[in-house]
This record gives sequence, C-alpha cells and structure tokens, in this order.
Amino acid sequence: MPSLLTLGDVSVTTDSGVTLLKKVNLTIKPRQIISLIGPNGAGKSTLIRVLAALQPPATGSIERQPNLVTGYLPQRLTLPMNLPITAGEFLRLGLNRHQPNTELHTTGVTHLMDKPLQALSGGELRRLLLARALIRRPKLLLLDEPTAGVDLIGQVEFYQLLAKVRDEYGCAIVIVSHDLHFVMAATDQVLCLDQGLVCCHGHPEEVSQHPEYRSLFGAGTEQAFAVFTHAMGGHNHAHAHGGDHIDAVEPVHTDHG
Amino acid sequence: MDELLLKAVLAGSLIALFTGPLGCLVVWRRLAFFGDALAHSALLGVALSLVTELPPGLAVALTAASLAILLLYLRSRSKLADDTLLGILSHSALALGLVTLTLFESSSVNWMVYLFGDILAVGWGDVLTASLLGLLVVGLLAWFWQSLVLISIDRDLARVDGVAVDRLELLFMLLLAVAIAVAIKIIGVLLITAMLVIPAATARYLAHSPGQMARMATAIGLAAVWGGIGAAFQWDLPTGPAIVVTALLLFLLATLVRRPTPRTTPT
Repeated sequence: MPSLLTLGDVSVTTDSGVTLLKKVNLTIKPRQIISLIGPNGAGKSTLIRVLAALQPPATGSIERQPNLVTGYLPQRLTLPMNLPITAGEFLRLGLNRHQPNTELHTTGVTHLMDKPLQALSGGELRRLLLARALIRRPKLLLLDEPTAGVDLIGQVEFYQLLAKVRDEYGCAIVIVSHDLHFVMAATDQVLCLDQGLVCCHGHPEEVSQHPEYRSLFGAGTEQAFAVFTHAMGGHNHAHAHGGDHIDAVEPVHTDHG
Repeated sequence: MDELLLKAVLAGSLIALFTGPLGCLVVWRRLAFFGDALAHSALLGVALSLVTELPPGLAVALTAASLAILLLYLRSRSKLADDTLLGILSHSALALGLVTLTLFESSSVNWMVYLFGDILAVGWGDVLTASLLGLLVVGLLAWFWQSLVLISIDRDLARVDGVAVDRLELLFMLLLAVAIAVAIKIIGVLLITAMLVIPAATARYLAHSPGQMARMATAIGLAAVWGGIGAAFQWDLPTGPAIVVTALLLFLLATLVRRPTPRTTPT
C-alpha cells in the first residue's frame, strides 16, 4: 500500500541550535494507528508539528501524498476572549456544507452548537476539534495528547471514539499519548522518543520488551496491557455513561500541559 | 450643509467603515500596540513626503507598510518579547518623525494636524482617496473574512486547513497601513488606534458572532465620527480627540447596558 507520509532522517533544530529531533524515520500507512511515547521534552509534539507541516525540518526529507487532507488537534488552544463565536459557527468557518450532523453525532457535540466557544470545557473543545477535523474527511489525523487532564473513563471513551473514527473514516492516526494502556492495546505501531531520538519502535509487544523502553517506563507495564484490552474489548461498560461523562468529571481546561 | 462639514463627515464615515472590521481583527489578535507603532510611524511618513515631495498619503502608507514588514521580520528573529520590540519601534518612530519634521519644518506644514487630526485640512481629494481605498480595504477584508477569523482563533489550525497564514497576515498589516494613511488627517497619529480599538471593544459587549461584531463596530464608529465632528464644529475642538471621546462615551454606555458574553471558561 502506498504510504501517506514518509519522513527520512528528519532533524529539527531551534534557532538557538538546540536539537529537538534527530534523524527520525517514519512511514505512515493508510488506516494505521501510530502512538508516540516518551518522556517530557522528548520531541513528541515537535514530531507531530513536522507531520502537520507546521514545523519545517532542518534536514531530511518529507514525502507527502499529494493533496493529503490532514486533521490536527493541538495540545492546547489559547482562544481569544474578545472574539464572540459559538461552537457551531466555529465549526462552519471556511466550510461550504451546512449541517455536518454525522460528525457532530459521532463525537457527541451536537448539544454544544449554541454555546460560546470559550465556554466549552477542555474535553468538549477536543471533541469539537475532532468533529471539525472529521468534517474535512482527513486521511491523516494528528493528535497531540488529546486526553491530557481527562479522567480514566473519559480517556477510555475518547480512545474508543478514535477506534471508531479509524474504522468509519478510514484515516490513519498519529497520537501523542502518555497512556501506555491505550498505546499497548490499540496501536499498530509505537514510536518511543527520547531526547529527540527514536529509541525504539515497532509493534507494541516488541516495544514493551525492548530494554530502552523498560529503562524509560520501568518494567511491570505488561499488566496495564491486560487491563486495557479488557476495557477496550466487548464489555463496553465505560461507554454506557453516554457521551457527556467527560464534561462532568473533567476538572482541567486546555492549558493543561 | 456647510461644505467643510460635509467633506469631514464623508471622509470620517468612510474611515469608520473600515476601522470597524479592522479594529475587530486588531482586538482579537491583541495587536493594539502594533497598530500604535504603525500609526506613530505615519509621522515619519509625513516627514518623508516633505523631503521627497511624494504625496503625504502615499509616503505615510509606504512608511507604515515598511514598518509592518520590519516588525514581522524582527518578530521572527529577535529574542525580545513582542511588547518590548514594539515599545522600542513605536516610540522611536514617533520621535524620529517629530525630529525630522522639526528639522525640515516649513511654513506650509502644521504637523499638529497630523498628531490630532483637523477637519479643516480635509479636501475633496482626500474624500475621493478615502472612498477608493476604503472600498479596497473593506472588499479585501470581506473576501478573506472567514480565513482571517480562523487565524485569529488559532494560526496552526488555519495553517493545517490550508490557509496561507503568512500571506494573509502580511495583507492584514498592509491594510492596516493603508487605513492609517487614510485616517491620519481626520483622526491624527496619536489617536488612530483608539478608533480601531474602542468601537470594536464596545461591539464586543453586544455581539454574538464575529461578523456581527464587525458590523456593530462599524456602526459605533460611524456614530462616534458624526458625534465627534459635530462637537468639533460646535465647540471648536480638535477632531480626533472629539471623535475618540464620543467613542469612549458609547463604550461606557455599552458597559452599563450589557455584561459581556461569558469570557471565562469553567475551571
């Protein structure tokens, strides 16, 4: 299958000469879910920004499928307080279509349309951004820590939503996640970054056996794997709370790191 | 109607037409200080027009546009924070303009006009320029409106959507430069930013959508211009300050009438 996007030896340096990414190679195939893991400051967000074409690399090659439609959910969104706009109007900005009902329903944001954008909680805003991305029929979704500050049930729901999105929209997903449970259970490929270098990559099971991974995250993460496969599996009990559970329990807004 | 008054009202109304939407974008993007810097550089433009014998409007627009490009460049290069950078450029431009004007002072130029605005200085040529350029500015803003609003919300989202963010930002700066060049004779260098910010801020209290805020800012700007020019004629006041004081009164009125729509997020 032809790849959507291929990075060849991509390095990124800041103006002051600090290396953020060093010779990263990555191939993204259609419908693939790739997780980026690693400690803070490892370069995960930078890599997402390179994939989104927001950050030009210092060296290396980027091959992008022509007219690749990309959806991007930033880690944080600093909304201008002076701009009066409802969630619905924000969703329709730059859009020719009228009511994108399917996407609103899938992401559970239908009831938010008349709310001011600034009044949404962090979880609501992320689902709105996901809806916004989906309306554009992306072939590649780039998510930078989409569940930061969301509680466990909310996270499980969001990850279930992602699995559904991949199946229904047939898009590849690259996600920065601190949640090893999800990473191990639902990911096709894991890319572990440390100080700008890919320290290990591959199928989740391979990676979790890798010495570099173990030195970063410690042993004993295998049981997390079991817990989450259970949660992602047939029972679906977490989802029974309905789409709005995130809002009720989530205490943190988007400016959470 | 007095021809002098007619010219002033016409030119002033045309200015209010584009300071409405432009002012909204300035307020959303927190560029008030930036607008100030561009306006201050206008005085240097006036000085330049004396030296080079270019028409003042053109010289002002060129100077403001150059400063806008310089600022965009420095912002991406400099280690200084934006407000520090602007603090240096803005006031240096004003001081340079004043020094140059004093050095080249001729009896034909009363530079106080450029500082505070003077309707007596408005000719039919100015009205014509204001209407042509006003039409251009409003037309371009309308054409790119949705993209400009999206950039105001988040530049990265806009970029990923395929919006040419850098080019639109440059266009916006240039439109701001043109607007300043047009407005300088009526409002004056020192108070142009107020004409951008105060009507937009007033509209923020009343509007529920970006487009509505822009239209309301225009309406409030028009009211301020008419009220201000009327007062200036009546009591022989400098036009710019009279317009800005009227705008301020409207702003205070709006704050009394309405609480702003929710500006805090749940924590």
